[in-house]
Amino acid sequence: MARRKSTRGPLDYGKSPWLILFGLVTFILLYAPIAQLIAFSFNDSKRNIVWRGFTTKYYAKAWNDASLVEAFVNSMTIAVMCTVVATIIGTATALWLWRFRFPAKSAVEGVMVLPIVIPEICMGVAVLVLYSRVGNWMRGFETGPIHWWNELFSVWPLNLGAITAAHIAFSFPFVAVVVRARLAGFNREFEEASKDLGASEWQTFWNVVLPFMLPGVIAGALLSFTLSLDDFVITFFTAGPETNTFPVKVYSLVRRGVSPDINAASTVLIIITLVATIIAMRMQAPSKIEG
Amino acid sequence: MTSPIISIKNVTKRYPGVVAVDDVSFDIMPNEFFALLGPSGCGKTTLLRMIAGLETSGTGDIIVDGQNMEGVPANKRPVNMVFQSYAVFPHMTVRNNVGYGLKVTGVAADEIAPRVEEALEMVQMGAMADRKPDQLSGGQRQRVALARALVKRPKVLLLDEPLSALDAKLREHMQLELARLQQVIGITFIIVTHDQDEALSMADRIAVMEKGGVRQIAGPEELYEKPHSRLVADFIGKINLIDATVSGTSKAGVTCLAKGLGRVVVPHEGTASGSVSLAVRPEKLTLSDKAPSSDTDISARGVIRDVAYYGDVSNVFVTCADGLELAVNVQNDRAAAGLLENGREVYASWHPSDTLILEE
Ligand SMILES: Nc1ncnc2c1ncn2[C@@H]1O[C@H](COP(=O)(O)OP(=O)(O)OP(=O)(O)O)[C@@H](O)[C@H]1O
Ligand SMILES: [Mg+2]
Repeated sequence: MARRKSTRGPLDYGKSPWLILFGLVTFILLYAPIAQLIAFSFNDSKRNIVWRGFTTKYYAKAWNDASLVEAFVNSMTIAVMCTVVATIIGTATALWLWRFRFPAKSAVEGVMVLPIVIPEICMGVAVLVLYSRVGNWMRGFETGPIHWWNELFSVWPLNLGAITAAHIAFSFPFVAVVVRARLAGFNREFEEASKDLGASEWQTFWNVVLPFMLPGVIAGALLSFTLSLDDFVITFFTAGPETNTFPVKVYSLVRRGVSPDINAASTVLIIITLVATIIAMRMQAPSKIEG
Repeated sequence: MTSPIISIKNVTKRYPGVVAVDDVSFDIMPNEFFALLGPSGCGKTTLLRMIAGLETSGTGDIIVDGQNMEGVPANKRPVNMVFQSYAVFPHMTVRNNVGYGLKVTGVAADEIAPRVEEALEMVQMGAMADRKPDQLSGGQRQRVALARALVKRPKVLLLDEPLSALDAKLREHMQLELARLQQVIGITFIIVTHDQDEALSMADRIAVMEKGGVRQIAGPEELYEKPHSRLVADFIGKINLIDATVSGTSKAGVTCLAKGLGRVVVPHEGTASGSVSLAVRPEKLTLSDKAPSSDTDISARGVIRDVAYYGDVSNVFVTCADGLELAVNVQNDRAAAGLLENGREVYASWHPSDTLILEE
């Protein structure tokens, strides 16, 4: 019988040189493109090929590109509007699923997460089909008494409404899932204790339930913010000529070659997303205070 | 004659497939320290929660201080509860936790502060008022839960196994502390416990529950010395139960034919017939290596099967004729030293008046 001298346990991955190497390669493959993107946004050259020295002029160039800035502002506006609405709807959904028992509850919970699992491209097509129907229907009013309706929705930021609505549709389930998970850890005795001490339903909600689920709500909000900010597929299907978002704009620019000012703008977007994600993860980390 | 602070009348609560509380009726007097005692799942918590108004849809009447609680929601009842998990709000400081019940019911802020201070002093938590619950030990958290309920000045304080999460030493300390608090504040306490020592040492009266029903309500001493049934006798402390058949009743008592003992005469009030149990507490028995001189004592010869040593006392198990097993509590004094050996032949004896006849 051969005796293995290895002292490595089955879960001691850290001791295997091959596994360490594998991990390193994975890590590099994942992050090298991003690192390069950021590095070359500071490169003093028109092409992303060789390093010619440090500069921030492409940040200035991106900043002075009116259409790029407009797309960026559009993206931020959509993200903020989407976050506010998706957070409210998502939180309400989570509370509703947590609080009440009703027939086919598990079916509802399943259907609710569909937007998370449905391929984005399908969502995009679906939204496009819906919008063109609604558009046709609305055009019927062009001369009617609610003509002002169409006028109203061509004014900024209401002209972003179509994209925002689509973003809300795919991001609120994320909020609901995060808040629902947080609520699952809620000890019902807190609620009972509150009522026992004389608080009404509403007082209990505001003073006990809401503070408990707040980290989940904030995490969900930041999640929907980042989702909305960098969404390309669904936005691509719903954006009109007047309503460019940053990812769509970048896509159209890249087709004419990648210039460093796109690197610069992308870096800004990465940083915004990164900060939001870090805050979201902090908020979701199980806190010590749950006992 | 004072009127009861709480009257429970025919209270029943059913869950699908189980009757959690089964037609329970009893009264609790003002200032009483009342314990609900029983094995796990016997409905203690359910009954307590019904009094608090957290469990609705039961039947029967719960009357608190003359007012029927039917339809009164939990937040309007003059009772407060200390939860088994304490349920101290994690996002509030100790002070805000204690003040919560006053704030939500609209007590003026300048009245809240001194009352919170007073309640915290009462449970000796004044020094930790600004801490968050995660900076407290289990025992301290429990004091906060206690202060939070007491600050409301309830007519009745309900405690659901308040000490079960504490270690043995602290539990003993808190038992004394709870008893002291109850005397100082002078309100009624209803405590749920499955620990009979806890109930015996703290409560004025104890209701022994089983399968949703109340089997006996009595003071600790009566419950221990004069249990009404095998179940209560067995649940409260340890007891030897000996099968016997009644063969006659005379002035001297009831004559029975008992397993392993033969014919014995036991003093007994009232009558008894058929098959019964003779019950005798282990500490009433004495062991000796000679047959007892007094022929009035009940005695059995047997062999020591096992000795469990507890420091001050030993629990000795003696196997007698007919397969009768007797448990005997022996003080570990010098007399016992040479006697307690496995396999040794001994006589276990006790006075007939220490024997109870249990018919159910
Ligand atoms: N929400 C519920 N739904 C269904 N059955 C329940 C529910 N709550 C309690 N029961 C049942 O009612 C019975 C009494 O439960 P209860 O919690 O009152 O017991 P307990 O005496 O407090 O026990 P323990 O000492 O273990 O806390 C048990 O059989 C339990 O399974
Ligand atoms: Mg219980």
